[in-house]
Amino acid sequence: MSNKPKFAMYWAASCGGCEIAVLNIHEKILDVDANFDVVFWPVAMDAKYKDVEEMEDKSILLTLFNGSMRNDENEKIAHLMRRKSQILVSFGSCATEGCVPGLANLFPVNEIMDVAFHTVTTDNPNNILPQTSFEVPEGTLHLPTMNSRVKTLAQVVDVDYYMPGCPPESHQIAAVVDLVIQVLQGKAQLPPKGSVIGAGNSTVCDECPRARNVKMIKAFHRIQEVAPLDPTLCILEQGVPCNGPATRSGCNARCPRVGAQCIGCYGPAEGVLDYGARLVTAFASVVDAKEPAEIESILDGIPDPTGQFYRFNLADSLMRASTSNWKKNGH
Amino acid sequence: MSENTPNKPKIGVYTCHCGTNISSMVDVENVRDWAKEHLGSEGVIVSRDYKFMCSSLGQELIEKDIKELGLERVVVAACSPHLHEKTFRGASERAGLNPYLTEMVSIREQVSWVHTDKVVATAKAKSLIAGTVERVAQNAPLEKLKVPINANTLVVGGGISGIQAALEVANAGFHVYLVEREPSIGGHMAQFDKTFPTLDCSACILTPRMVEAGSNPNITLLTWSEVVSVTGFVGAFNVTIKKKARFVNEELCTGCGICWEKCPKSVIDDVYEAGLGYRKAVYTPFAQAVPKYPVIDKPNCTFFQKGTCKACEKFCPTNAIDFNQKDEYLNVEVGNVILATGYDLFDAGRVTNYGYGRLPNVFTSMEFERMCNASGPTGGEITLRDGITKPQTVGIIHCVGSRDKNYNNYCSTICCMQSLKFAHLVKERTGADVYEFYIDMRTAAKSYDEFYQRVLDEGTLFVRGKVAEVTDAARQPHEKGKLIVQVEDTLIGKQRRIPVDMVLLSIGMEPRADAKETGKLFGISCSSDGWFMERHPKLDPISTMTEGIYIAGCATGPKDIPGSVSQGAAAAARVLDKILQKEVELEPIRASVNENKCSGCRICNNLCPFSAISFMPELGITRINPALCQGCGTCVAACPAGAISGTGFSNEQIFAQIDGILMGI
Repeated sequence: MSNKPKFAMYWAASCGGCEIAVLNIHEKILDVDANFDVVFWPVAMDAKYKDVEEMEDKSILLTLFNGSMRNDENEKIAHLMRRKSQILVSFGSCATEGCVPGLANLFPVNEIMDVAFHTVTTDNPNNILPQTSFEVPEGTLHLPTMNSRVKTLAQVVDVDYYMPGCPPESHQIAAVVDLVIQVLQGKAQLPPKGSVIGAGNSTVCDECPRARNVKMIKAFHRIQEVAPLDPTLCILEQGVPCNGPATRSGCNARCPRVGAQCIGCYGPAEGVLDYGARLVTAFASVVDAKEPAEIESILDGIPDPTGQFYRFNLADSLMRASTSNWKKNGH
Repeated sequence: MSENTPNKPKIGVYTCHCGTNISSMVDVENVRDWAKEHLGSEGVIVSRDYKFMCSSLGQELIEKDIKELGLERVVVAACSPHLHEKTFRGASERAGLNPYLTEMVSIREQVSWVHTDKVVATAKAKSLIAGTVERVAQNAPLEKLKVPINANTLVVGGGISGIQAALEVANAGFHVYLVEREPSIGGHMAQFDKTFPTLDCSACILTPRMVEAGSNPNITLLTWSEVVSVTGFVGAFNVTIKKKARFVNEELCTGCGICWEKCPKSVIDDVYEAGLGYRKAVYTPFAQAVPKYPVIDKPNCTFFQKGTCKACEKFCPTNAIDFNQKDEYLNVEVGNVILATGYDLFDAGRVTNYGYGRLPNVFTSMEFERMCNASGPTGGEITLRDGITKPQTVGIIHCVGSRDKNYNNYCSTICCMQSLKFAHLVKERTGADVYEFYIDMRTAAKSYDEFYQRVLDEGTLFVRGKVAEVTDAARQPHEKGKLIVQVEDTLIGKQRRIPVDMVLLSIGMEPRADAKETGKLFGISCSSDGWFMERHPKLDPISTMTEGIYIAGCATGPKDIPGSVSQGAAAAARVLDKILQKEVELEPIRASVNENKCSGCRICNNLCPFSAISFMPELGITRINPALCQGCGTCVAACPAGAISGTGFSNEQIFAQIDGILMGI
């Protein structure tokens, strides 16, 4: 074992994109290796939970924790990593806001299981459902138990920093790695606890080069229905619901720059408590109609409001989940 | 939130019994003890109750605690803040506490008056109090803003109510812009023949007021004009008025009348003459019109439509006709506005079973008014639609379009009295038999019931019941050629068919078709029926929720002439009060932009009803002018970046309040 500070990365309920994004910092990964001793990173190296449990508390300097809290295993490792880490970063949208796994909070667990194991696309003639424990000659096998609702990392353990993005942009990851190395060398200071790192303090619009005017929206369209999109004008003004105005800056307006609407993966702007509610009031404010029927028909242009407004943020919104998910398990 | 930190401000909670208004449904003593015990950790150091918190003794209680216990926040659980927020904030201010550190909890309107279970109501009161205790801890001291009052006044609507208001303000020595949409002031009252119950000639009492308004040097009369935009706020409104082209030069016109004498084009006058008579394409609505200058009705003028004629121009002795005149836009600065925009008449054709528009001898009340008028289309003769035949029997139907779920639920107030007046006029001028079909007889004002008794004595026949149908389909020989009124006579409990020659429909009043737009223009709201909404229906019937905008006359609901005149005068008194104060204190509730967070998305740019928002293109951000901002919160809600916050309604305050309410449950 070297004397280098220890680094860990863990994935809870996530897709693996966050790990790819970390590897995507290219040669910077060598800096990570030069400055850190990677002690635990399931996607990159073999390690057992037991190994981590045996480490001394606070012995890991930096843990990037991605993925949301879908089951009791996720939560257990979240508590473990909190105990072992000095700096725990809620890394990426799943850990920070629940992201796409959080959309499951619209449905109770049994319905999710039904869809996964009983619908026509599943070949499951005996209606077998996964069990959380199973007896075999060698003893009892356990599978994790689903939580009634998906939670964010900060809803389960104390978090030091938040790094948004689905996934976080590689240049932002590189900048954070640089910062931590500089802190280690005594050349910089860590930001106050609870800060959002690796992102801007404004919104995507701030980084978007498109021209903006007073907005008067007569109809919302799906982007494939508007062809061609004016390459220089604000996408929202062209009637395509763009979440840029409410989304935290940091991605350098990647999507709007190439003619796609912002879908909000960098999460709410600084100080915004409910991302979706902000967007709903903002979009409602620029609908240019007076008659209720006309307003209705304009709003019909957004056929999936939850997907539009809460794709990344449902588990961290003020509501967090549908009523049925709240009622279960006393949560 | 609930942890006990030593940094909580010292809070006093005061719960009012409001006689028995609150205490009959909320256990006030229990609330008092609970607040002391359970909200102590939240900073509450004193909790008291009192029979009438708003009394001077109640207020002194608060003042004493502020001084002696050093309270830093005050929560008064009593009635709605609409009623007594000023009172309690004033009490705090007298004791040296910034008034904006005092908040009210409505446990009367929102609790005791709307619940029937005392246990539940008491629990709700506690929960609301806990919310406000948490909220008030987040309140910041604020200072009122003072702005000077512009002494000019805008009066919109030149009916009797608007005329009265304009004259009151002008006679006190202040300038008034009186804007009227029609070519002349006078309003509906100018169309009436007689007024109830005194039977004064309407024109005889109205026209002197019109002349006075037209000649008062303090009144700028803008007829054939409409307000198109309003910006600013109490004390400093900026109003743009569109002066529609008259095509007559007012400087040169003497009102001699040669133009309309010579004009070859007759047009059915469906405004002033209610469709019964004609006017010319160049016209004044009536002989005593103020101002005297005519207007050219462009869509009906032969020259404008066909390019030839110009008879008016040829004959005008002063060369006042100007076909090239354009609409003008005037910009005026005023401190206060009185809206006296009046009413529309109910469209009688909507009640198809009464046959108006289908059965020729069914008339509306306004048609009958014009018919009775000596200068009207029939020269004051009461005749059937043929203009010759005098009716032998006349049926008058009350409540047409009023007190009816299918049309308007409300009572139009004046229909009973106008119907009685019609009965009297028919009797007096034709000797015909008159039937009045009424639901209830409502004659509740000075000398009104006496008039009813007089009409009873004159032999008018009264049938109590709602008319089902007016038809010309005769079932029996004596019904041939007549209009048959089918009605359930509820006093004798029988269906009756009463044949008459003429039917008068006493049509009700409706809000102006564009009342909603007018309300939006001036930043006030309408009731569900569409009438302008008062600040308080009983105690402040001529104010609105927007400072500096007053309402008078039938724009606020159906009214008779004395009611309209009184409201016009009352609104004027309010305006004069404001003008004489010279400056006005504004609530310091304002929105502001955190410029670091604003990314210039421009979503808020078009939303401000007070035009306080402007975009700074060179900085790429939006700014709010605090002098124009009225703190409505529209932009605060709309800002997707959370870059705009509203004083008094910060996220911290609102979420603290929600947390408190949930904690109390």
